[in-house]
Amino acid sequence: MTARVVIVGAGPAGIRAAEALVGAGLHPVVLDEGERAGGQIYRRPPAGFTRSPAKLYGSEAGRAVALHRLFDRMAADGRLTHRPRTSAIAVRTNTAGGTLQLHGPDGVGEVGFDRLIVATGASDRVLPVLGWEAPGVYSLGAAQIALKAQGVALGRRIVLAGSGPLLTLVASQLVKAGAEVAAVLDTSPLATQLSGLREMAARPGLTARGAAMRLRLGRRYHAGATLDEIVASPEGPVAMLWRDAKGRPQRTTCDAVALGWHLRAETHLAELAGCGFDYSDTWAQWLPRADPQGRAEDRLYLAGDGLRLLGADGAELSGRLAGLACLADLGLPAADPAPDLKRLARMLRFARGLAHAFPWPAAALRALPDATCLCRCEAITAGALREAADYGGAEANRAKSLSRVGMGRCQGRYCALAAAEIVASHAGTAVPEVGRLRAQAPVRPCPIGAAAQD
Amino acid sequence: MSARLVRLAEADRPLLAFRLDGRAATALDGDTVLTAMLTAGRDLRQAEFGSGTRAGFCLMGACQDCWVWTEGGGRLRACSTPLVEGMALLTRAPDTWP
Repeated sequence: MTARVVIVGAGPAGIRAAEALVGAGLHPVVLDEGERAGGQIYRRPPAGFTRSPAKLYGSEAGRAVALHRLFDRMAADGRLTHRPRTSAIAVRTNTAGGTLQLHGPDGVGEVGFDRLIVATGASDRVLPVLGWEAPGVYSLGAAQIALKAQGVALGRRIVLAGSGPLLTLVASQLVKAGAEVAAVLDTSPLATQLSGLREMAARPGLTARGAAMRLRLGRRYHAGATLDEIVASPEGPVAMLWRDAKGRPQRTTCDAVALGWHLRAETHLAELAGCGFDYSDTWAQWLPRADPQGRAEDRLYLAGDGLRLLGADGAELSGRLAGLACLADLGLPAADPAPDLKRLARMLRFARGLAHAFPWPAAALRALPDATCLCRCEAITAGALREAADYGGAEANRAKSLSRVGMGRCQGRYCALAAAEIVASHAGTAVPEVGRLRAQAPVRPCPIGAAAQD
Repeated sequence: MSARLVRLAEADRPLLAFRLDGRAATALDGDTVLTAMLTAGRDLRQAEFGSGTRAGFCLMGACQDCWVWTEGGGRLRACSTPLVEGMALLTRAPDTWP
């Protein structure tokens, strides 16, 4: 009997993993929350939209189209089973494989596997800013998805703030599409950005493209900004209050704000499948433990941004490597991974440069006023979390139990990193010492009606 | 009060009729529920903690901020659900909900 391999995620990593398996004659099941394969960065608009790939994906149009075509061809030829609009909500593992619980268009269901490849990607790493709970404050990724997949801007006058390559990319895409971008506020000072250049030279073309994009933003772009407050009415944002690199207070009027500091690996499902974690100082977050090809546990493979934050090109490579690892472990013929591993090492060097050039602003976070909403799901303030740490000690899960930070709708995806920083600094300890929030099933909400119908 | 989202491209799609808080509204074929509600209005739902409203956050199914009610008492995630002609959407929980 041929091995049953399930891939979670049809982004660049999942598609390349599927290609490797299909090439060896396996028939993987590919689960994806999207309607059409492509993932977030190469997300496709719904049928009937007419903008060209060049318009949607810019310099990456060739890569995006190649991935879309590859996946569609494998699906059309019946070489894989594509389950779109389907969430993996939980996983049970045993020594022979396991079972994924699903929620999709037909309600809840299950799929068994002998081996599992988790390619769940990443979402924006955000940090709280006074006022960020207002309607009309979004993640940077949201601004990009709105434009790419729906052709809309999140407001009439948008402030983009944060740090990292997505900040410049989204800003220039919005400007090109005709949106009014009032300001692009990068919390990384220019000197810090330059310090990352040596490692970023591992991919000179990409670095040059980013720099050119940045130049075209002109006077909208400000390095070394400090974010003080998003002033909002009940309708939404009215202005961003910030200080420039020289510390001078500034006020930029706006009706929408998008925030993002690079990416946060999406690891809930991988954790439930049994993988371990190590704290990464470079990425200032917990990342799954796996060998260079993505082997995490027996029969469990990880790929893409959910494993290492290398971006779309790195995700393609690591997806292929995970697929090859899976084939080799099954005793099937698999290509030599050495050349891909070498390319991956170069991307890792570049990504480390990016992480150093556009760091997580830990100091700003530690200085967050008590009144700042930390958990936007349940409107819990930084002050309440500090108080919980006083009672319960500096441990992430205890602080969650006492304060509810991390217990809301997002299950800590948009607050856990900031919460750990605040608890650690309040208790005078290091962030890794605070530990990490345990993932809980279901990793996506599942309406009780869907479960009851089954 | 004007709509929250602004259409920049792809505006030549067929119209779809739907209901928003009991009133007739239109959106475009291919819109998500989120796009439809925020180009017809400003909010998706009331915050259940605090007095404010919510309008989504991540748009990629990760934050769960955008679950909205239907007149029939159902709930759906607005950012990942395509709008279907005739949908009846609410920015508040229906009165009949227990």
